[in-house]
Amino acid sequence: MPEQVVFGMEVFLNGLMAGVLYALVALGFVLIYKASGIFNYAQGVMALFSAMTLVGVMNGQVPFSHLINAIFGTEIHHFGWHLPALAGILLTMGIMVILAWLVQKVIFKHLVNQAPIILFMATIGLAYFMEGFGDLMWGGEIKKLDVGIPQGINLWIDETTFNIFDYGFFIDNLDIFATVVAIFLVFALVAFAQYTKQGRAMRAVADDHQAALSVGVSLNFIWVMVWSLAGFVALIAGIMWGTKSGVQFSLSLIALKALPVLMLGGFTSIPGAIVGGLIIGVGEKMFEFLVGPLIGGATENWFAYVLALLFLVFRPQGLFGEKIIERV
Amino acid sequence: MLYREAGDFKTTYREDNQTFPIKFDRYRYYAVLAVAFLLIPFLINDYWVNAIFLPFLIYSIAAIGLNILVGYCGQVSLGSGGFMAVGAYAVYKLMTAFPDVSIMIHVFLAGAITAGVGVLFGLPSLRIKGFYLAVATLAAQFFLVWIFNRVPWFYNYSASGQINAPEREFFGVAVTGANADSWATYVFCLIILTFCGIVARNLTRGAMGRKWMAIRDMDIAAEIIGVNPLNAKLSAFAISSFFIGISGALFFSVYLGAVEVGEAFGINKSFLILFMIIIGGLGSIFGSFAGAAFLVLLPVLLKNLFVAGLGWQPDLATHLEFMIVGGLIILFLVVEPHGIAQIWRLAKEKLRLWPFPH
Repeated sequence: MPEQVVFGMEVFLNGLMAGVLYALVALGFVLIYKASGIFNYAQGVMALFSAMTLVGVMNGQVPFSHLINAIFGTEIHHFGWHLPALAGILLTMGIMVILAWLVQKVIFKHLVNQAPIILFMATIGLAYFMEGFGDLMWGGEIKKLDVGIPQGINLWIDETTFNIFDYGFFIDNLDIFATVVAIFLVFALVAFAQYTKQGRAMRAVADDHQAALSVGVSLNFIWVMVWSLAGFVALIAGIMWGTKSGVQFSLSLIALKALPVLMLGGFTSIPGAIVGGLIIGVGEKMFEFLVGPLIGGATENWFAYVLALLFLVFRPQGLFGEKIIERV
Repeated sequence: MLYREAGDFKTTYREDNQTFPIKFDRYRYYAVLAVAFLLIPFLINDYWVNAIFLPFLIYSIAAIGLNILVGYCGQVSLGSGGFMAVGAYAVYKLMTAFPDVSIMIHVFLAGAITAGVGVLFGLPSLRIKGFYLAVATLAAQFFLVWIFNRVPWFYNYSASGQINAPEREFFGVAVTGANADSWATYVFCLIILTFCGIVARNLTRGAMGRKWMAIRDMDIAAEIIGVNPLNAKLSAFAISSFFIGISGALFFSVYLGAVEVGEAFGINKSFLILFMIIIGGLGSIFGSFAGAAFLVLLPVLLKNLFVAGLGWQPDLATHLEFMIVGGLIILFLVVEPHGIAQIWRLAKEKLRLWPFPH
């Protein structure tokens, strides 16, 4: 087999893995959008914030220590304890629930029945706020996140492919782990939506707010729940990306990667988020591999957008989205 | 007392349709112009020009442009940073290719080129709406920044990949380059801003502005009563990009002088300008000025307060600034969706009745 094809296959596989990570972020968007019609730009920052909180909690950092030190002239930094990863994750989940409640209580309760675009801009504001808040709370430096996920080259795949193609594929253990988690997460979410009382209520709200309200579903509760769920998804995405490349500002930019995924897959569909993520992941890696060298490289920044844009012109609701019907 | 229509008799249609129907407003407007043109240039120094006045003037132009698109025509765009980059690179290419032509002409040509690019990226707006479109304009943002980074022709094959503004004169006075006096750059930008403000104000209250607003309020209904959505949307994209392109050209040539595209015209710039018009007021020319002034002054104030006043670390102040800006966006959307302009409007209503409220 010619070398280029083998390389191409490796790129393809890596693209699939990257796509799964995009899909993880996109899932959080879909959840909130379905249930409340809010397009949550802050999802990426939520991932960053949750990862920061996890690191901070695990290392026993004092929240707002820089601010406190600056105001009172003290020198505090750490409580001096270290939490195991599981306890840290649970605690962070609790914080995400509080955050969800606050977001609902302070912001979106007052914006019910506003135009979607106003809600969208409010989430941009939220993203800015949380970015500053997270940095202020835990400090702005790059942090290392380690919750015990295996990392590094997968030797088994390396050896097997070497035996077949004479060329060992480089596949990161972390990516494989993330794929498994993502698959598990999708099944868990689907099961939750289909088989639990709260899940059913959530689908009812997604279908029709007023009808759900009239049969006694608490909108407030559902929205807080959905924001919490999105927070958990953000936490998982934050853990994966944070382990991969450190907890830093650029983590919040994965939201920008997830947007074209959503446009491609449709804003309202969970399978759409997965399929869209895979298409974007594979598409951008293959494009970079095949066409990138001809036109200067670093095409990953915009390829996804242009692909989604072209796609939207022909199918405005995305692959799996509900058909947009407008009436006067 | 003074702020009344009463006693100010209009005898022609022209007078009846003027921008400022109340005499007090009119004189205030002349007074502001007089102060801006005749007083400030003699008082300012380098710090004031570079920290406050130039960013304010230039961002005002961009905010007016974006407000036409978002506030008047209802098409949310997150690509303003990319369009500013088009203006900047267009003016750079023009300045270096035709050194003898006046810089003023170059700036407006750069605006026209940006308008063309804007129409191109506005085409999808005919098919997709709302935040689908907002996300689609991000394509413009990333693609344009990438192309200016990667195609050496745009930065004249310079080794650093930066573009540097050569010295150019306007009526014999240097306005770009290292030797430009601060008052000259101020006046140059002020002339362009005044022109843009008057044009935008009159466009938005004319037939074209009414078409845009019809599209914004309900595009299908507008189409049924005979507004051509193709013309309305694309003209909004063109004119908005024209202004944004001019501001990008000024931002590069007059204000910064040297630009690295990803840094100066990244996605954050798009958000900054969007925030300006949200805080200032969507669908208001005054709001564009107010929002630009607010977001230019806020960081300067915070920096002076926290870093110079209290002696904090600069990064702490930056984090706080992020929080405050984000919080303000939310606050304005919740409490006053029409921004500072609406507060201004309410104040004027009150003033009209004062001191006899009944």
